[in-house]
Amino acid sequence: MLPRVARVRRRRRDGPQVWTLDIETGETDTATLPGQFNMLTAFGIGEVPISLSGLGESSAASQRLLHTVRAVGPVSAALARLGPGDALGLRGPFGVGWPMAAAAGRDVVIVAGGLGLAPLRPALHHLLADRGRYGNVTLLYGTRSPDDILFRRELEAWRRRLDIDIEVTVDHARSGWHGHVGVVTTLVAHASFDPQNAIALVCGPEVMMRFTINALRDAGLTDDTIYLSVERNMKCAVGLCGHCQYGPTLVCRDGPVMRYDRVRGLLALKEI
Amino acid sequence: MAIEGLERIVRAHPFFAGLDDSFCKLICGCAKNVRFDAGQYLFREGDAADAFFLLRHGRVALEVSAPGRGSVTFQTVREGEIVGVSWLIPPYRWTYDAKALDLVRAIAMDATCLRQKCEADHHLGYDMMKRFVPVLVERLHTTRLQLLDVYGTPA
Ligand SMILES: Cc1cc2nc3c(=O)[nH]c(=O)nc-3n(C[C@H](O)[C@H](O)[C@H](O)COP(=O)(O)OP(=O)(O)OC[C@H]3O[C@@H](n4cnc5c(N)ncnc54)[C@H](O)[C@@H]3O)c2cc1C
Ligand code: FES
Repeated sequence: MLPRVARVRRRRRDGPQVWTLDIETGETDTATLPGQFNMLTAFGIGEVPISLSGLGESSAASQRLLHTVRAVGPVSAALARLGPGDALGLRGPFGVGWPMAAAAGRDVVIVAGGLGLAPLRPALHHLLADRGRYGNVTLLYGTRSPDDILFRRELEAWRRRLDIDIEVTVDHARSGWHGHVGVVTTLVAHASFDPQNAIALVCGPEVMMRFTINALRDAGLTDDTIYLSVERNMKCAVGLCGHCQYGPTLVCRDGPVMRYDRVRGLLALKEI
Repeated sequence: MAIEGLERIVRAHPFFAGLDDSFCKLICGCAKNVRFDAGQYLFREGDAADAFFLLRHGRVALEVSAPGRGSVTFQTVREGEIVGVSWLIPPYRWTYDAKALDLVRAIAMDATCLRQKCEADHHLGYDMMKRFVPVLVERLHTTRLQLLDVYGTPA
């Protein structure tokens, strides 16, 4: 599958080394679901998987997608540098997204760590757009410091709504920060949800996800109600090359969102 | 406040869930109600650890000061939780500052009084240890996670 040429319409800084690109796909409807990803190419440098972080203002002629990129290496840094009018390659959408249908009628607990909020953002938009279909909706977000909080204005706007609980915590802060300090797992015990009828969506660094899962299980959630987004290096993104193998599964085809009871044994392993 | 009122509050606090009646009477002899305005310190690093606090209302920031970095908050504690474990372990000295972030109401437990009662009644001492050790382990565990700096930007 060859990438099509897409163009950046806008670029917004969302944190240290983090940029959100508003991308004109040139297609009318790519039907990207919350939790899915695209392969983005910085021409002449390389191609990497990046999750959808929202939908832009699409027109009848072209759909716009948002991707939030943290510059960690050559390809992500080149993508993060792209400005309005610049071209990039785009293949996708790929993968299995968040279980929005299974969440209907249940309390939804979303636990995000660091950049892990980006792939969860479309799921939050989905929940809030059809708020009546779900029980309590809670977002627990942990990040490094107040300066690293992603999508800050949007989080503040959501906080003003009365139909979603939002708790933000940082690992450390200077005086001036009035919010919580401590790891995100400590917020789980204070969240209000009925563990008999709840579903959890978790995304963040793998260590953070492991400890979050423990906290969710301690709070009474069963393994088949916890979903996480797994990251592995990718090449083809269509289940052919085996690059993204994760035990018996392929992350590009069977994930990135996976149900915890299906990957329980893998998450504990150090190197796979 | 009357001892009965204190007993009711102490028994209702999550930290003392399921506390034996006789233990409750003993420890309430060491308890008093306290309040701190936002910005006031419950204690400062280096001071004698002469109390611990059952938070009933408000939040407390635990801070350390580092040269050139000012005060850094490494944890916030809220109602239903406790502040202070250094009173248990010699040399009984606070190793950080505890600052009220908003109006804080708490029960302060006099550490000298409590240590004496725990020495005199090891059943009480063991009950207290069983309540404090999980808090210590949890804090150790969360500190380890913070040290890993899992959200850090790769170089
Ligand atoms: C399904 C999926 C969705 C993803 N979604 C996003 C997203 O929405 N936004 C985003 O910025 N990234 C996302 N990533 C990660 C992104 O693909 C990688 O950061 C990218 O491949 C790095 O390529 P590079 O050439 O820039 O750096 P490389 O040269 O490959 O790596 C540079 C350094 O960064 C480290 N690194 C590589 N990947 C990661 C990572 N995932 N997290 C932390 N450090 C890493 C490497 O160990 C190395 O030290 C996703 C990955 C997957 C599999
Ligand atoms: S990236 Fe090739 S199989 Fe998944």
